[in-house]
Amino acid sequence: MGSIAFPLLLSFKIALIATAIALALGLWLAWVLANVAFPGKEWLDAVVTLPLVFPPTVLGYYLLVLLARSSPFGKLWESIFGQPLVFTWHAAVVAATIHALPLLVKSARAGFESGDPALLRAARSLGTGEWRIFWKVTAPLARRSILAAAVIAFARSLGDFGATLMVAGDIPFRTQTAAIAIYDAVEAGNTRIAGVLTLILSAATLLIVYGANRLERRI
Amino acid sequence: MSLSVRLTRNFRPAADSAGFALHVEFTAERGITVLFGPSGAGKSLTLNCIAGFEKPDSGRIMLGDRILFDAEARVNLRPRDRHCGYVFQSHALFPHMTVRENLMFAAERHPRLERHRLVTEMLERFALTEMAGRKPANLSGGQNQRCSIARALITSPRALLLDEPAAGLDVSLRSELSDVLKQVRDDLEIPLLLVTHDVDDAMTLADQVLVYTDGGIVQRGSADSIRTHPANADVARMFGPTNVLDAEILALDPGRNSSRVRINGTELNARYLPGHFRGDRIRMNARADELIVHGSRGENRMELRLERMLARANFIELRFTPELVVFAPRHDWEKFRDGREWYVEFPPDSLRPLGEA
Repeated sequence: MGSIAFPLLLSFKIALIATAIALALGLWLAWVLANVAFPGKEWLDAVVTLPLVFPPTVLGYYLLVLLARSSPFGKLWESIFGQPLVFTWHAAVVAATIHALPLLVKSARAGFESGDPALLRAARSLGTGEWRIFWKVTAPLARRSILAAAVIAFARSLGDFGATLMVAGDIPFRTQTAAIAIYDAVEAGNTRIAGVLTLILSAATLLIVYGANRLERRI
Repeated sequence: MSLSVRLTRNFRPAADSAGFALHVEFTAERGITVLFGPSGAGKSLTLNCIAGFEKPDSGRIMLGDRILFDAEARVNLRPRDRHCGYVFQSHALFPHMTVRENLMFAAERHPRLERHRLVTEMLERFALTEMAGRKPANLSGGQNQRCSIARALITSPRALLLDEPAAGLDVSLRSELSDVLKQVRDDLEIPLLLVTHDVDDAMTLADQVLVYTDGGIVQRGSADSIRTHPANADVARMFGPTNVLDAEILALDPGRNSSRVRINGTELNARYLPGHFRGDRIRMNARADELIVHGSRGENRMELRLERMLARANFIELRFTPELVVFAPRHDWEKFRDGREWYVEFPPDSLRPLGEA
């Protein structure tokens, strides 16, 4: 039973945390891309989009190099938390976040840019700070796009395979997510476990997307 | 409080647009300054530079004793620090907030205890109390407009900038807006800048008019002085159909304050034309509402053929050849027949010299 429950719970845990991080990071990036003029802006957009078009192994390899124990970031992490980042479920969160980010940024940027620019100007002329404008005007008006972005981020985080496998590995009861467990089960000829995991994952994803669509129409 | 503006802003020609250069300098004291002129002349751009939405290439903008922008000193205050109220053509009310919430949002700078009182006061002053709980989508055009002015004023701005607030409104809403703006002018000691290409707004509201064409101010002064003495043919035409006529000066008599000119082959008496010589060819303006149509020959009359009659709301527009337009009183409708010769009288005061267009 644990061989089904653990990967599922781990996947959802990773997806939830990754969605939260991706939302915070992605909304900020999207806002910057939509509102601030700076040189190299479209390059930043392109870099953010890369994970969408990279083969998962390329993305995974980049992350592996970036987060490895010998890398500056890896050393920093280890000095703070006392253990390496790679091949833990934390690394899977990083992979899922990066995997989720591009579509989230695209969707949120489109939402921010479709707003009436006169509203932003009005808010600024009223003496309002940017932070308050974001929370009181931009975000409420783009709430549909933001919700859609969050759902996409969650679904993408839940489904990541390649990058997660490369940075977090396939350690049963440690870093083995549902997507990886399905691959393992099929490899081992265990179609029952693969089938159950697939069904549960499908049903959960379907419910989330359906629920989000319902919610989107009401708000 | 007075607003002094000197700025240039250049747009280089691009694939899909011609270049444009704005270069203006003016001072607006308390009261209503109307920025008047055709679309694309740079009126709204001026407003956006003052509000801080656009950055001028050079110049200086001062409001009272505060510098909002100074290219040389590298001062460029953020819009939120400029204390300029801005009323947008689209009203730009926050659609997800009620009227009251829109005002509360703007009242943020006031102490917490004062906000409610201020908002309630504004709602009453702009007759919005009954719809305070409604969202902008459920308001009429006039209510939206009053709300957007109230929202701008609740921040106690040091200048109020209005970008075509009357565009797209019907006649009764326009006059309602005029009343609101007059009230604001009388209540507050701040400059109001009103961008419009509507003659009636300019005429009824302005303490000062700045006439814009092609990124510059071609004429400034009271609405009346501009209407009676337009600087050039373009300005003359902004006030509706008018006559721009080529004239040759035949005689000048400063002692009697008179001159004699030839227009369309007819000799006419006009006022003395300072700064001109006998034999000069100049352009003159004769307003359509100052000319008088007669059925017979007489002093200072030109013989013309009536081509077309158009019934306007308050007058008849008569079109003659050689080209001339005259507004006649409506009750004379029965009198006129087109295709006939008529005699148009030019009272000496109606002929005014124009600068070059």
